[in-house]
Amino acid sequence: MDLLPRIPINRWTDIGIEYLQIKWGGGFDSLSEFLKGFIISLQDLLIFIPPALMILILALLAWRFINKKAALFGIIGLYLIYNVGLWGATMQTLAMVISSVVLCIILGIPLGILAAKSDTAHQIITPILDFMQTLPAFVYLLPAVTFFGLGVVPAAIATLIFAMPPVIRLTDLGIKQVPEELVELGHSFGSTFHQMLFKIELPLARPTIMAGINQCIMLSLSMVVISAMIGAKGLGGEVWRAIQRMEIGNGFEAGLAIVVIAILLDRITQSFGKNED
Amino acid sequence: MPKIQVNNLSKIYGSSPEKAIEMMENGYSNDAIRKQTKNVVGIKNVSFSIEEGENFVIMGLSGSGKSTLLRCMNGLNKPTKGTIIIDGQDISSVSKQELREIRRTKMSMVFQRFALLPHRNVRDNVAYGLEVQGMTWELRKEKAMQSLELVGLEAWSEYYPENLSGGMQQRVGIARALATDPDILLMDEPFSALDPLIRQEMQDELIELQKKLRKTILFITHDLDEALKIGDRIAIMKDGEISQMGSPEDILMSPATDYVARFVESVDRSKALTASSVMIKPRSVIYPKDGPMVALRIMERYGMSGLFVTDRDGAYIGYILAEDASKMAKQGERLLDPGIRKEAPVVAPDTPLAEILEVMAYTRIPIAVVDEQQKLKGVLVRGSVIAGLAGERREHDGFTA
Repeated sequence: MDLLPRIPINRWTDIGIEYLQIKWGGGFDSLSEFLKGFIISLQDLLIFIPPALMILILALLAWRFINKKAALFGIIGLYLIYNVGLWGATMQTLAMVISSVVLCIILGIPLGILAAKSDTAHQIITPILDFMQTLPAFVYLLPAVTFFGLGVVPAAIATLIFAMPPVIRLTDLGIKQVPEELVELGHSFGSTFHQMLFKIELPLARPTIMAGINQCIMLSLSMVVISAMIGAKGLGGEVWRAIQRMEIGNGFEAGLAIVVIAILLDRITQSFGKNED
Repeated sequence: MPKIQVNNLSKIYGSSPEKAIEMMENGYSNDAIRKQTKNVVGIKNVSFSIEEGENFVIMGLSGSGKSTLLRCMNGLNKPTKGTIIIDGQDISSVSKQELREIRRTKMSMVFQRFALLPHRNVRDNVAYGLEVQGMTWELRKEKAMQSLELVGLEAWSEYYPENLSGGMQQRVGIARALATDPDILLMDEPFSALDPLIRQEMQDELIELQKKLRKTILFITHDLDEALKIGDRIAIMKDGEISQMGSPEDILMSPATDYVARFVESVDRSKALTASSVMIKPRSVIYPKDGPMVALRIMERYGMSGLFVTDRDGAYIGYILAEDASKMAKQGERLLDPGIRKEAPVVAPDTPLAEILEVMAYTRIPIAVVDEQQKLKGVLVRGSVIAGLAGERREHDGFTA
């Protein structure tokens, strides 16, 4: 067994991270500033909206895209959150989740298209996605902190790493599942690459892509407590503090709030996948 | 100049097509090529030409290479060897942009499983080709509606494909193909997925539509009855080669190979054959002013019991029976006119045998085949019709009523 000396993956990683930090530190800083600005503004906006109005908006959304029952659930659930004094934390979490998901969509859908269109890209991307999904979050939490400091930005990056793979995978799958005859249809009428993509492939892949985005939202929510460990506040922060202080009741309340938000977001995004235009 | 000219076209699927082509040219079988090179022969040295406005049908079973051949026409498949010249331009050597332009304007395709986009309504499906061309919304909407009118679906423009029956969906497919006003229609087994009754209806509609539009149609089918009905000419394919090419009658009456003969056996000839393919030349006719005595003399000479009457230009007038002529001769009539039976049965040259049999069952006298200009083209007698049904082409030298 001991044919080779110990392979120093640990030291290589350290050196690599250090090198990246020295070489690209400035770039990471400005990216970090930009992301922070975006997330904080969104947070401020969500908190600025009066809770009553916000509950009304979300309930109307649920009514429009799902049904009355979902709207009723939204009103009761959100009022409960307000009632136990977790409104601010919930809006912080919502801002985090929305920001991460938007990032995942902006990066993930083009990568998914690339993977669907090029076998080489597919072969490169797939193992990276496996890596992203299975590497324990705590392992990349630390490098995220070294690059982006503490707070919402490393939390968003960590969430991105964990939650983006389904968007890429399901975009790839959705485009590959477009029936051969419809692809031939596009070609036989002289479609360009863009026409093919936007008029045929993406519309037909939409339900699958929406399933990917739905998964992405769920995974982002499941990251809120881990994010809290590196300084993101919100509901995760409440849970984390309750755990540290052994306040079981407070922890449960914050956990319940996460579940309410998760169910609402899940049902609404699922309905986007089903509704025809 | 033919509209489409295909020269020595071959298509090999696999990684070493050069070697496969070489083996093919040295006369190795498809199986031997597959075993030695792991390449599959799709099309094997096929040549044919299609004239403008012609319905050219390629008939073959699955794996015969017919769909591959069709897809070479618009570049969905790239031929390994050979040329396809459309309007003087070799399709296999044009640039990507040129090919796209050709696909947009010169030819369009109709698909076996309709290939309608489920997220678009009927009108926007029909407008797809126009949209790809970059036409404005107003104009393409108008053109799509015109195209839908051709197939009688203008009332369904706002519906989604899932609300339509199979036959209607394929009508939308045809309307879409016609919307860009292409010269050439590539139809890939367009009616195979439909119920038999709907299929026949669609075939009739296509024939009607084609009378109006005179497109050049390349039609693929695995159904010989369909091929015979639609095709002006038919090419029968097997193992990537054309076994026989010719008019429907050539195929039916003189199958070139055993393979074709086996197909032809199962064809319902009474539907596939028409009056013009089994009619014979009238041995003699008579003109109205000739009088009953002349008529009797001609009948006597040829041993016939009746004669067709035409004018000097060959326009059909009627039929005279020997017994009527002799009665008139005895009465001293000088003109044939009163004895001519003008209600005698008449059919058009494209009448299928099935209908002729019905007419023939109720009449003793031969049936005249008369074209649109009222010219007498030929006559149908029992002997020639039965011979046609039996698959024989016999030269009749006369007729017996």
